Amino acid sequence: MEMPIDFVIVTVLLMNLMMLSSSRIRTCIQIAAVQGILVGFMPVIIDIHSILPGIIIISFFSIILKGMIFPGLLFRALREANIRKEVEPLGGYPLSLLMGVLMFALSFWLTSRLEYAQPLISYLAAPVSFATFFTGALIIVSRMKAITQVIGYLVLENGIFLFGAVFLGAQSFLVELAILLDIFVAVFVMGIAIFHISREFDHIDTHKLSELKDLITKK
Amino acid sequence: MHTKIVQFILILILSPFLFGVINRTKAFFAGRKGSPLLQLYYDIFKLLRKGAVYSKTTTWIFVAGPIVSLSAVVIASALIPFTGYPSLISFDGDIVLFIYLLGLARFFTVMAALDTGSSFEGMGASREVQFAAFAEPSLFLSLAALARLTGSISLSGIFSSAVINSWAAFGPGIYLVFGAIFIVFLSENSRIPVDDPNTHLELTMIHEVMVLDHGGVDFAYILYGAAVKFWLLGTLLVSMFLGACSRGWGIDVAIFIFGMIFLAVIVGIVESVLARLRLLKVPHFLIIALALSVVALILTMR
Repeated sequence: MEMPIDFVIVTVLLMNLMMLSSSRIRTCIQIAAVQGILVGFMPVIIDIHSILPGIIIISFFSIILKGMIFPGLLFRALREANIRKEVEPLGGYPLSLLMGVLMFALSFWLTSRLEYAQPLISYLAAPVSFATFFTGALIIVSRMKAITQVIGYLVLENGIFLFGAVFLGAQSFLVELAILLDIFVAVFVMGIAIFHISREFDHIDTHKLSELKDLITKK
Repeated sequence: MHTKIVQFILILILSPFLFGVINRTKAFFAGRKGSPLLQLYYDIFKLLRKGAVYSKTTTWIFVAGPIVSLSAVVIASALIPFTGYPSLISFDGDIVLFIYLLGLARFFTVMAALDTGSSFEGMGASREVQFAAFAEPSLFLSLAALARLTGSISLSGIFSSAVINSWAAFGPGIYLVFGAIFIVFLSENSRIPVDDPNTHLELTMIHEVMVLDHGGVDFAYILYGAAVKFWLLGTLLVSMFLGACSRGWGIDVAIFIFGMIFLAVIVGIVESVLARLRLLKVPHFLIIALALSVVALILTMR
């Protein structure tokens, strides 16, 4: 087992847990950004002996995009919507932290049943990338603010990137580019949408959006 | 055999010293001179010369509380290895006995607190048990992860040097276990950020409030028991980094004692730079330890 790769992967896992237990949106964005940068370095770390120019380019773009542009957009949305703290998620923070651990156990079990075409670089890579998808999904489902849900998408993408980098090698990067572009558009659109939602309704709590109908009828 | 007995006696003699180191560190950060390094020894000897006063509402449980707690902790200190050298008593599965001896000590402290019938002590007892409910599983799971990693189920086997040897293969997991045990260590020894050993405000204190009604010899037992418990849980942390490295018994022991003093300095620094958490936040803090230990245990399962 290669030590630096394992350390990076375990750090990615710990960042998932930190995000699940943190109540400050600013911290969540920062953690997601650092996670994106770490995951972005993965393809380079893995193929350190035979680096193709393509790998360096994809790594570079994903780090720029996830480490600088996305957090910048999200921070701007945060400033414009004027919010600091996430409201209590469904079930509270301790429960969502334990859910995160449970999902890691689940993904460990799931990935132990997979059959791999080539020998593994690290036995931790598959479970941690699955756990990262699940964490992203959990953040999207359980958090109330629209902006935290966007962070959930970013975490989901980090998981996909990690999985692709470790298992698919160079072939994955076409798919990866397309996903990155999708996420970019999603974050961009959500940034605008959040701005408009907060201007119209003074809040961006998604569970209150169902009250939209009543507002119109009252007018 | 002689070295084992010497180790056991060293634990019993040296453990109050660490509290002096912590207080000196905190005093340094606060710009004070601080109490003497041997202050806890003075306190214990002063209390031992005094008589105990028992309330009429208490029963034999109140009298038994400090005695049982201290003896449980002293027996546990016979199980803990010293810098990788085997402990006085060791057998397969002594991990479970070790954790439950600490559990027994806590149980009797809590029972003695409830026996006084004071509402404050009841509050302290309730908090102690609530936090222990989070701290104990994470200690268990952390030791289980180490046991799984080293393939040994006795404390002496785990810490003999097996942990040191598995650093290369399993670094991240050992860091996680260290983090989990460190949080449990702070909580079990009622240090900041879980409990503040200096406050005497009944509304917020946890461990101190339970022992308010004990005096004299009983209180000396409690103070001494707390000091030995600090050493025991601290050994788990320090032993992950220091093992028997065949430099000879004397040098290893000296290095280990310096390691423990270093740990006490770290605790002093933690206490100086952190504020205590709100009581409602403490379970959340302990759940972090639980999460870390579960993750470490899962990492060993491959």
